Amino acid sequence: MIGFSSAGFGYAGARPLLTGLDLALPAGSFHFLTGPSGAGKTTFLKLCYGELVATEGGVTLFGTDVRQMDRDGIAAARRRIGVVHQDCQFLDHLTLTENVTLPLTVAGRPVPERDLADLMAWVGLTDHADARPPELSGGERQRAALARAVITAPDLILADEPTGNVDWEMAVRLLELLVDLNRMGKAVLIATHDLNLIRASKSQVSARLLRIRDRQVQAAGAEL
Amino acid sequence: MSAPSGPLGVLAARLPGRADTPAARLVPPTGFTAQLTVFTAAAMSFLAVFAIAMALAAGQLADRWQAALSQSATIRVSAPADQIEAQTAAVLRVLETTPGVGAARRLDDNEMRGLLAPWFGTDLPVEALPLPHLIEVTETGAGFDAEGLRLRLAAEAPGAVLDDHARWRRPLVAAAERLRAVSLVALVLIALVLAAMVTLAAQAALAANGQVIRVLRLVGAEDRFISAAFVRRFSARALAGSLAGTLAGLGAVALMPRAAADVGLLAGLGLSGSAWLWPLVVPAAAAALAYAATRVAAARTLRRTP
Repeated sequence: MIGFSSAGFGYAGARPLLTGLDLALPAGSFHFLTGPSGAGKTTFLKLCYGELVATEGGVTLFGTDVRQMDRDGIAAARRRIGVVHQDCQFLDHLTLTENVTLPLTVAGRPVPERDLADLMAWVGLTDHADARPPELSGGERQRAALARAVITAPDLILADEPTGNVDWEMAVRLLELLVDLNRMGKAVLIATHDLNLIRASKSQVSARLLRIRDRQVQAAGAEL
Repeated sequence: MSAPSGPLGVLAARLPGRADTPAARLVPPTGFTAQLTVFTAAAMSFLAVFAIAMALAAGQLADRWQAALSQSATIRVSAPADQIEAQTAAVLRVLETTPGVGAARRLDDNEMRGLLAPWFGTDLPVEALPLPHLIEVTETGAGFDAEGLRLRLAAEAPGAVLDDHARWRRPLVAAAERLRAVSLVALVLIALVLAAMVTLAAQAALAANGQVIRVLRLVGAEDRFISAAFVRRFSARALAGSLAGTLAGLGAVALMPRAAADVGLLAGLGLSGSAWLWPLVVPAAAAALAYAATRVAAARTLRRTP
């Protein structure tokens, strides 16, 4: 689904932030990406959904080299990827429901009311359907971002520190939701420095650990 | 503030595409830039109507004077009393055989009195005054050779002077044509100012909605989808403002004083007949300009958004 071939990224005039990346994220896989703050976890995720383009080597999204894709091609690939950011950016003038259905709106697809209701119930936000994002707590925003990320049934979910702003109980709840998605066949990649979250997943899912060290992404070995 | 207030706001709200399309709803109200766009479009359209009226009036003036220049001439015969009748008859004979002369006739005393009335009143005894004789010459479509006619008149009637009106009409025609050109330049400048203002307003709105654009791109929106939201909004507002400005401009032009038919120098600024249709192009042009300007601004901004 996503492939890195001797890929790396660096800003102009600076030392590469990531280099020599050779790995693949296959369909149905579950990965954690760890590393210290500033190691390049977010950069790696951005390479995965085409916000950044590798400055060395190549990255393929669904079999196509990102460099060969035009902006519409990148947009089409992103409609197959659900992204959950730590800061959960929303359109604050829209209701929560409108925000969650945003990927359908931009794709020109109808909103299946029953599926939407199920999704809102799944993330526990049924009672907040008409609320505006600024009215939500951190945990509610994270769950809303997750709902938005999965409403189009994407092939891959990328989550960047999804539990960074929530308490442990909510972190576990979010993890369970992501595990549920993986069981539905979706590939999941979670960037986190929360080792407790990784440990908590052991009993729920067969995940692989990727670690950023010395500007390279290393497979941490056996499945968790 | 979500929309311009007052009648313009009502008009903008009723225009299609303002807020009813999915893309348009995703962009939050753009506040001051919306008011700026509506106001600028209204003001520029008001001025554009006047520029159009000016250009049309100047064009009509130039055409009328040009036509008059090419269709009539006057011959003045000044000679001692015992020779003036003979020279006048000689002039008329010359004119009968001059190619390009359609008709020629001597003005009678009543007509002479009418010409002098503005200065001397209607009781002037023209028959007792040593006035020159005036011969009105009407040209055919092809016109006559003025220089050739002058040479023949000099030979046959030394007291005859041909005035083909060119001396005083030509500068007026040139002035009218220049006025028309200036009006057209003013129209172009108005269009450029409108495009510049809409571009600035659109860019300000796009910059203020950086996060909206990032989120839309993140969830897979194509550039044309995002661009359409801004383009529709600014085109609709430009159209609304321009409609209001054009109507106000047409009202103002209709209230302009009309030139009297017997006053030759002033054609009046008012529109007449089918000329009233020309200002109706202004709102469509304003919307088209806003559409193009916003598209360019959106494309420039979106290129910088990954």
